[in-house]
Amino acid sequence: MERHVIAKTSEIPPGTRKLVEVKGRQIVLINTDGEYFALLNRCPHQGGSLFHGDLIGLTESTEPGCYKYSRRGEMLRCAWHGWEFDIRTGQSWCDRRTRVRTYRTAVEDGAALEKGPYVAERFNVTVEDEYVLIEV
Amino acid sequence: MSVAEIEKTDPKSSRLDLIDCDIHPAVMASPAALYPYMSTRWRNEFESIGPRVAQPFLRQVPYPRLTPGNGMRGDAWPAGGGAPGSDLGLLQQQLLDTFDISHGILVPLTPSTLNQGLCAAICSAVNEWQIDRWTSHEPRLKASLCVTPDDPEAAVEEIRKHAGNRKFVQILVTPRTIEPIGRKRYRPLFEAAVEYGLPVALHSDIGGKHANSGAGWFSYYWEDHVAYTFSMQTMITSLIMEGVIDRLPDLKIVAIEGGFAWVPSLGWRLDKHWQRMRSEVPHVTLPPTEYMRQNFWYTTQPIEEPETPKHLQDTIRWIGADRLLFSSDYPHWDFDDPRYAFKTKLSRADEAAIFAGNARRLYRLDQ
Amino acid sequence: MSAVDQTEVAQRLPSGIERGAIDCDIHPALSSTKELRPFLDEHWQEMLAVRNIDGLDLTSFPPKADLFSRPDWRPKQGKPGSEIGAVKADVLDHFDLKFAIANCLYGAQAAYNEYIGEVLCRAINDWLSKEWLDKDKRLRASIVVSLANPEAAAEEIERVAADRRFVQVLVLAMGEALLGRKQFWPIYRVAERLNLPIGIHAGSTYRHAHSQAGFHSHLVEDYVVQSQGFTAQVLSLIAEGVFAKFPGLRVVLIESGVTWMPALMWRATKNWRGARIEIPWVRQAPAAIMREHFRLTLQPFDAPPDPADFERLMEHFGTDEMFLFSTDYPHWHFDGDDVLPAGMPASLVRKILVDNPLKTYPRLVEAS
Repeated sequence: MERHVIAKTSEIPPGTRKLVEVKGRQIVLINTDGEYFALLNRCPHQGGSLFHGDLIGLTESTEPGCYKYSRRGEMLRCAWHGWEFDIRTGQSWCDRRTRVRTYRTAVEDGAALEKGPYVAERFNVTVEDEYVLIEV
Repeated sequence: MSVAEIEKTDPKSSRLDLIDCDIHPAVMASPAALYPYMSTRWRNEFESIGPRVAQPFLRQVPYPRLTPGNGMRGDAWPAGGGAPGSDLGLLQQQLLDTFDISHGILVPLTPSTLNQGLCAAICSAVNEWQIDRWTSHEPRLKASLCVTPDDPEAAVEEIRKHAGNRKFVQILVTPRTIEPIGRKRYRPLFEAAVEYGLPVALHSDIGGKHANSGAGWFSYYWEDHVAYTFSMQTMITSLIMEGVIDRLPDLKIVAIEGGFAWVPSLGWRLDKHWQRMRSEVPHVTLPPTEYMRQNFWYTTQPIEEPETPKHLQDTIRWIGADRLLFSSDYPHWDFDDPRYAFKTKLSRADEAAIFAGNARRLYRLDQ
Repeated sequence: MSAVDQTEVAQRLPSGIERGAIDCDIHPALSSTKELRPFLDEHWQEMLAVRNIDGLDLTSFPPKADLFSRPDWRPKQGKPGSEIGAVKADVLDHFDLKFAIANCLYGAQAAYNEYIGEVLCRAINDWLSKEWLDKDKRLRASIVVSLANPEAAAEEIERVAADRRFVQVLVLAMGEALLGRKQFWPIYRVAERLNLPIGIHAGSTYRHAHSQAGFHSHLVEDYVVQSQGFTAQVLSLIAEGVFAKFPGLRVVLIESGVTWMPALMWRATKNWRGARIEIPWVRQAPAAIMREHFRLTLQPFDAPPDPADFERLMEHFGTDEMFLFSTDYPHWHFDGDDVLPAGMPASLVRKILVDNPLKTYPRLVEAS
């Protein structure tokens, strides 16, 4: 497992997402309310793009006509067939056995990163900035 | 393909010859593209009055889709603006080049306009537009000759206009006609098809002139989507039981975007009841499955996904691998990726047939 | 387990080796509304006579059509299934049945006038009780109701269900509105409470064109298109959340053809993964809901030509619990005693003939 610097935190304000490439993989990086989540950008169903899908809340119901809404911005729908993936676990909501790969994220400031180890494919890490890292 | 395999595969990995039998250039999402090919009268009428289809909303499909753009792939929006399927460049890059497609067949979806004159004008415009803006710029693309569904005279006129142009590989009409399409009124359409040696393709339709089930209207898109298979089953039943195939044994029919898992049981059901009720339909001289095996083809999308993937092999065996035509349905949400749509392993021969061979033969692409 | 050879199976029924089979679909025929007179009040007796309210056989089931009238089951006079002696001999005795469930297809439930519908259905239920159930202990029946007024239908179900020989509620596959709709929930509420399955039977009330492209020309096409009606009802009952609301409800699809269902299971489940947000009260895969809540009567069985494929089909269904033996008497779906589909293994016979029906119709167990 290597730690890769993939973005400056300033590049991904809350409520946005970014597509990055690490070790040949396309990864979706999402900022939900200050928390970062990273998922492989390949739906396990037919390989569709998750980056282009909608990030929505979770709608549950026990009764026809009743809609219980929670977890705003934590369900990523595949841009193709609309499968819902929990960004925290990568699990498909409808088919719990199916997961999209997730990666652990961390936020470090430049000063802490000076100590290493990390891989920074595109960045010159500076002390002043804050960075998002993922473990791949 | 397993999850692990999907994650490893490179999009440009080697592929057999691939023909995509259902590609949707944007029509109703960008109707202005058709205006240069319409007279002022029809253009004004379309703009001011609308498409005059038998559904309550002017600018929304009856069953709201689950993705923006009325059910488009989220990643198919052109960077320069416009609806998915409106930009040839993106279509080339995202579909034709990515999958190394040798031929792609355009299937423009025109509204079932109740005003027959407007309907004919839209069809005529769509046909010219396909040549002018698509097939002339991209040799891999072929066109479908759109015709008015319930006005066979106008349909035949349109067919005669374009039939000599080999860019048109089939005639295209909705299966949600006002009567089942095997009935007498539609005969001229099928006679012209045979005269010009063109298959007739019917693409599942989001609206029609009757309820979407014999038991009333659905409430949800989830229901309606499954019911796209209904009009396919009806047109097959009607064409056979009205004796259209008997009369025109060279007629070729393509069912587009119905999936195919329902085909075997329909065939068994038709055979069983034809056997018993032959006195009612004496003009149907062969068991229905004979016609289904000779005269009908089915595009694969939206491919059904059994919980046990290998069950699909039974389905393919029952239908006949020679009947199936791979299709992607680009750029719709229920798009089938040619690499991953089949979750069961096909024999090399079946794979070659389904992904290209059957289409090459049917559409005479090598001639 | 290899498929049992057809002769071996066919012998079982008349000789009684599988004694105790339950036929989940036979059709007693009403000759005329005159037979309903004893069960009507004075006013309605007069209306029926003066207005000639008769001849309500369904267009979907013309009694003289070959498909609905097997030659050796045709009486010399009158409609097939109209005479109890013949029904006893042809079905109850001949197949040595433990029970047979009578589904009356007389079209009272299709009446446009809700009161005619209600009154005639009530009379038919009373007629079934007196002229059929009272005359043979093996007979059971479905409660017929008009859907024009679901609250009234619920009351009729409650009334008739007091007689425990009524084991099911009968409706037609093609009515005015899809059966999942809330307006019909009073019926499901009472049916669930009384542990009565809803039996959806092939046939149309002609409120809508049968197909998305209108009415077909021929009866044979109309009959084939019924499978679309069944598909639509399965979709509707699931989509509208009927099983979320009434988790104890069971639905029997009667005279449907059977083999159309696995394709629906696959497609409905695939779509649900993307469309769940539209119907979030559907919390299980639709295929699982179908396996739990739906049952299918056996005849007609739209069979693949190769008997070896019968077992493949069972695998596609993913269960053998869904199938309920039926003859569909007097409809003509098989000749002689070939009522069991070719390729059905011996191991399944008892399950389909006895166990599954008993599990589906709890009232049958009380009487066993």
